[in-house]
Amino acid sequence: MDLVLEALLWLFSAEQYQGEGSIPQRTLEHLVYTFGATLIAAVIAVPIGYFIGHTGRGGTWVVGLTGAARALPSFGLILLLVLLLGVSERVTASLVALVLLGIPPLMAGAYSGMHQIPRSTIDAARAQGMTEWQIIWTVEIPLSLPLLLGGLRGAVLQIVATATLVAYVGLGGLGYDIIQGIPLRRFDQTMGAALVIVVVALTLDVLLAAATKWVTPRGVHQGRLSDVRARDSVSRTAPVATVAASPEKEITQQRNTSS
Amino acid sequence: MTRKRMTGLAGLTLTAGLVLSGCAAGGASDEPIVVGSQAYYSNEIIAEIYAQALEGAGFEVERQFQIGQRDAYLPELESGAVDLFPEYTGNLLQYYAPDTMATQADEVYAELATALPEGLTALEMSPATDQDSYNVTAEFAAANGLVSIADLSGVDGLILGGNPELEERPYGPQGLLETYGVTVAFDATGDITVDALLEGVINVANVYSGDPRIADFGLVTLADPEGLFLASNVVPIASSDVADAIAEVINPISAALTPEGLVALNLQSTKDQMSAAEIASEWLAANGF
Repeated sequence: MDLVLEALLWLFSAEQYQGEGSIPQRTLEHLVYTFGATLIAAVIAVPIGYFIGHTGRGGTWVVGLTGAARALPSFGLILLLVLLLGVSERVTASLVALVLLGIPPLMAGAYSGMHQIPRSTIDAARAQGMTEWQIIWTVEIPLSLPLLLGGLRGAVLQIVATATLVAYVGLGGLGYDIIQGIPLRRFDQTMGAALVIVVVALTLDVLLAAATKWVTPRGVHQGRLSDVRARDSVSRTAPVATVAASPEKEITQQRNTSS
Repeated sequence: MTRKRMTGLAGLTLTAGLVLSGCAAGGASDEPIVVGSQAYYSNEIIAEIYAQALEGAGFEVERQFQIGQRDAYLPELESGAVDLFPEYTGNLLQYYAPDTMATQADEVYAELATALPEGLTALEMSPATDQDSYNVTAEFAAANGLVSIADLSGVDGLILGGNPELEERPYGPQGLLETYGVTVAFDATGDITVDALLEGVINVANVYSGDPRIADFGLVTLADPEGLFLASNVVPIASSDVADAIAEVINPISAALTPEGLVALNLQSTKDQMSAAEIASEWLAANGF
């Protein structure tokens, strides 16, 4: 417990908030690497995932890639890329390593988001006379968003945690205080920086979880009985809200409407 | 709890008991001498030399190599679970006495002897050193007429590269300014320090003096006339219980290990990819042990 206390003292001492290497500066560096890598990974992975999900071609390839990528040793990858591209290109090298980490969950999210849409829904859209592009934009993409955002959450979490390692090649971020603190035996600093990373990671995750709820189309919720919970219906379907205070009532309500 | 697990537990307790009694007895010639090493290839070679020399002298030896860094192995050494460990005077002194002012080899060794916790003894130190040093490329040295660290004060736009902790060490950027009046920016290049120096991303690199890459890439190690760095000689740290018994085996080894010899040992590991055991037995044979 002492260590946590010392870490908090370190975290809240004024000198950590000014000058070169302050906590805000390190946090900003960390977030820039995280968002930069996530954005590039999304630009690469989402179209490919959608293509595979829409055409149904190469699904096993995605599953295999996702599994294999989990075994990538991030630290080794960063060092290898830095040595291959040269130290002067270390920012690019580190970003490439982080992007490679983010691609599999994003691609899997985009692919499985489309893959799980019932064929009948897509067939119905086609029967309505929609073009392929209309099906993609107005049916498949909205319906796949919850799973895509699930993939995004996984990618961001992976990248924000791994961005700690870019400090090993002199690029700062919150990992810097950790790896500097260990040999200096300043464990308050190491622990404090680790706590900041935890807070940043959890904050991003909570925000993305909220976003996932936000973008989930109403139809996706109402279509599944298991998803119909009191709280969801309060926010989504106003007319039912007053009656749906207890789950039993809601089920009765459902039965009534369906019969 | 199943019978099998019970037996396993009993076995574990028995082993722990044996290990503990081994510590207490220490020194007695029927107990093996436990030799440890850092997770650093050069350190492991030295530990292997100690181990083989002790075996040659009739001791029973147990190897506990690659125990990681000081925070991991010093408690083992202090508790008596490990009996003998190759260390470095300056770096070890800095661990026990972070505010030490000693920099010259003899000062550091003398101060280390008092700073060591009870139960640990420093045997005789070796002339071989593996310590921090500032290095520049041969071209950069020639272009700016650099021989000593003091010569850097005339050069603008210097970037010093090294491990992240160097930024906070007394011999880091602050020490450079106070001792030599040299102003540098700092880049925490860590494991890629030498590569960064060769590419020109940094112009001054902190490299251990035992690193074979200094010779490989023709780096120029700047002289340190003001004693900015702590001298860090190879020194065997032993449990006081066994120190007297093994001193006559280990001290001649320390005497025979020269700075150049240490670099050569390291080179056999990094370049020829030889195992620590091969390197150690060759060295012992070549030096007449």
